[in-house]
Amino acid sequence: MISLTIDDKTIEVPEGTTVLEAARKLDIDIPTLCYDSRLKPYGACRLCIVEIAGFPKPVTSCTTPAAANMVVKTNSDLLYRLRRTTIELLLSDHPNDCMVCIKSGDCTLQELAYLYDIRENRFQGEMRDHNRIDENPFIMREQNKCVMCGLCVRVCDEVEGVGAIGYVNRGFESKICPPFERELNCEFCGQCVSICPTGALSGKMWAGLPRQEGVKLTDSTCTYCGCGCNITLHSHADKVIRVSAKATSHNRGWLCVKGRFGFDFINRGDRLTTPLIRREKGGKLEPATWDEALSLITTKMNGIKEKHGPDALGGLASARCTNEENYLFQKLFRKVIGTNNVDHCARY
Amino acid sequence: MAGLAAKFGSGAMTNSVAEIAENEALLVIGSNTTENHPVIALRMKEAVTNGAKLIVADPRKIPLVKIAALWLRHKPGTDSVLLNAIMHVILEEGLEDKEFINKRTEAFEEFKKSLEPFTAEFGAEVTGVPAEDIRKAARIFGSAKNAGIYYAMGITQHSMGTNNVHAVGNLAMLTGNVGKRAAGVNPLRGQNNVQGACDMGCLPNVYPGYQNVANPDVQKKFEAAWGTALSNKPGLPATEMTGAMLAGSLKGMYVFGENPALSDPNTTHSLKAFNSLEFLVVQDIFLTETAELADVVLPSSSFAEKNGTFTSTERRVQRVRKAIASPGQAKDDLIIIDMITKRLEGSAAAGKAPEAAAVFAEVASLWPGIAGMSYERLEKESLSWPCPSLDHPGTDFLFKDTFPREGGKALFAKVPQILSNELPDKEYPFVLTTGRELFHYHTGTMTRRSAGLNAVAPEAYIEINPVDADGLGIKNGENLKVTSRRGTIDLKARVSGIVPPQVVFIPFHYKEAAANLLTNDAMDPVCKIMEAKVCAVRLEK
Repeated sequence: MISLTIDDKTIEVPEGTTVLEAARKLDIDIPTLCYDSRLKPYGACRLCIVEIAGFPKPVTSCTTPAAANMVVKTNSDLLYRLRRTTIELLLSDHPNDCMVCIKSGDCTLQELAYLYDIRENRFQGEMRDHNRIDENPFIMREQNKCVMCGLCVRVCDEVEGVGAIGYVNRGFESKICPPFERELNCEFCGQCVSICPTGALSGKMWAGLPRQEGVKLTDSTCTYCGCGCNITLHSHADKVIRVSAKATSHNRGWLCVKGRFGFDFINRGDRLTTPLIRREKGGKLEPATWDEALSLITTKMNGIKEKHGPDALGGLASARCTNEENYLFQKLFRKVIGTNNVDHCARY
Repeated sequence: MAGLAAKFGSGAMTNSVAEIAENEALLVIGSNTTENHPVIALRMKEAVTNGAKLIVADPRKIPLVKIAALWLRHKPGTDSVLLNAIMHVILEEGLEDKEFINKRTEAFEEFKKSLEPFTAEFGAEVTGVPAEDIRKAARIFGSAKNAGIYYAMGITQHSMGTNNVHAVGNLAMLTGNVGKRAAGVNPLRGQNNVQGACDMGCLPNVYPGYQNVANPDVQKKFEAAWGTALSNKPGLPATEMTGAMLAGSLKGMYVFGENPALSDPNTTHSLKAFNSLEFLVVQDIFLTETAELADVVLPSSSFAEKNGTFTSTERRVQRVRKAIASPGQAKDDLIIIDMITKRLEGSAAAGKAPEAAAVFAEVASLWPGIAGMSYERLEKESLSWPCPSLDHPGTDFLFKDTFPREGGKALFAKVPQILSNELPDKEYPFVLTTGRELFHYHTGTMTRRSAGLNAVAPEAYIEINPVDADGLGIKNGENLKVTSRRGTIDLKARVSGIVPPQVVFIPFHYKEAAANLLTNDAMDPVCKIMEAKVCAVRLEK
């Protein structure tokens, strides 16, 4: 273990811990744009700079390993001015259209501009014009809002192992895109969307829908495969408008294309909204009341049971539905009908 | 699951997903993890980044092959021979874990003898994998400190599925890779709550918590709890229900949240069976292919519209929470089942609607494995069973000290060579194997209604090797007619080296070209699973 002092507080951390990680353990807030604890440190945004006694210049805390007896200062006039200038430079060629931006209210850059009170910008000049039309159905790219933090490139490479995007060009012209600046053609897991600190990457499915106002967040579990990813449903009125996942979940905030983008079946217009009954064999399914449907089920099932015994009835439960529902379903067959003819698709 | 239960006394993933990253070696066999369990595949990638060696055994060049240390491209249906040959080499080279075998297993000597014919050369001849690669796999797996096996339907959906599972388990036991961290025998369950549906007793032979219906003590326990006499006669497994419907002994069915008309092998046969029923009730959120055959269709709720729990593949029980209301008159499934229960009991007006928390508490009182779980705890944390008491933290990996069998030891089982039920011949010269693709899920009831997913994966296709495509004069994107002994479908050819020559692959999501019209409904004699992964087909332009 190593002992160091940050802002007059002392802490012991294991060797290999960075100064930023040590500071976060002490609950000291250091601004970052390119840091994510799930990825390797990168040192691109320069916002996490700190002063360390004996070091000639401020250094990025995310890439500096903690050393024994280090004395670190995370807040000073100098650091404040440097950080503020960095943010001003980022904003100097940013569209600053927060009012109509999909990320508003959930944007790290917007929050920093607010916290550092940047109302006017000393730096004026050319604006980037990287915008392009995306034809894929999931991921919207507004590259004029990109801060080149590299989080999307790194998550695609380090976590997803796909490497669908990379950097092209240099300096002012540099940007992030797929090989040969073609259209995105990837697994569409949306990890890049989830990790983007600005409005540069977002989900097409939630474009133009409520952002925060009136949006309810409900923690739940994904309905697709057996991974059991934790998700958060963003709903507005009676519609699910977005799915996200928390970095603190066992799936670490990662999802797949189905979990993140495959939720629109919930609000599809062809959902069943009323019971249907086939009034005679060979006839059509017609809308009915719940009472009609339940009465028919009672008559028919009791009839078959009386005439042929309980084993003439069977049930297929659901690997898609909840434990509680499945429990009651098998209990219905075993307790009320009197048969063990109950199974589900575990074999398919 | 029957295979694992016979071996270890319990059938589920032995280890947790997070442990994958700590494995030294991994064997992925019969699982296209990247497309079917994408987030679990991320842990596998992490393990490889951490230095683990990944062995992939799959006839198809699945995405994991890219990061594998070794790819064994065995012929479909030869999984257990491949595993036997690997184990033969492990014994030959003394890589087995003698201490584990002595202390924690039984029937090793007979098992060892049964492996004698399965030399690497014999394995190579049957599976098509070079003998040297079989040896390499044995060395990687046998010399790793901790190695995990991950499999899915590619192991189980065969007429010898139970045997395959035994072979997988044997390998873990032989190398002492079960009952410890970052190892184990890990069936990756395909659906969000397939583990839970099994746990809850939606199986014809067991009550909740795998308590056997034929065991008189268990019967008494449930009779006392439910206040009524119960049948001790095991019921029909789903795959045998089809036959019983056709034979006329099964007359009424209640299908809840499933679409067997499209997901069952030999669909023509299963459609005929459902059509022959006197009465069919289907409860679903969409008018599925199965619902279209029903006499009564009940509109139910999606996962976003109800409270409850799902149990993931790693035995982790997690909350599902209601976010929105159901559309129209659609109702919560719990309430629908309860209404039918009350009507059939003749107590229509009595009692209030059930609450998920109370139902969960009832299960916890009947199954000691989750006795320590409650909605109060699940509000704050998710828990993997067994979790026998309120202060128990849940269990990451099973069988640490003992196996829940009589005597406490795991059982080695001899696995003879068994051929797939239907092999290619002159008339049907190709092997068809089926599976999922990344962008769709099962019969597509949900994903094909998702505009985006359907846009990137709009239509069915058949993967065919360039060599075979040349032979047939087929170009990429051209239509192919695929015929088996059970049916014919038309779909586009995707000429690709993902499949080896003589093998074709069709994803089974698409109803307009339903792969399961072709597949074989031959069954495994023990666990009654159908052989969806291997059948013989003919291809025509």
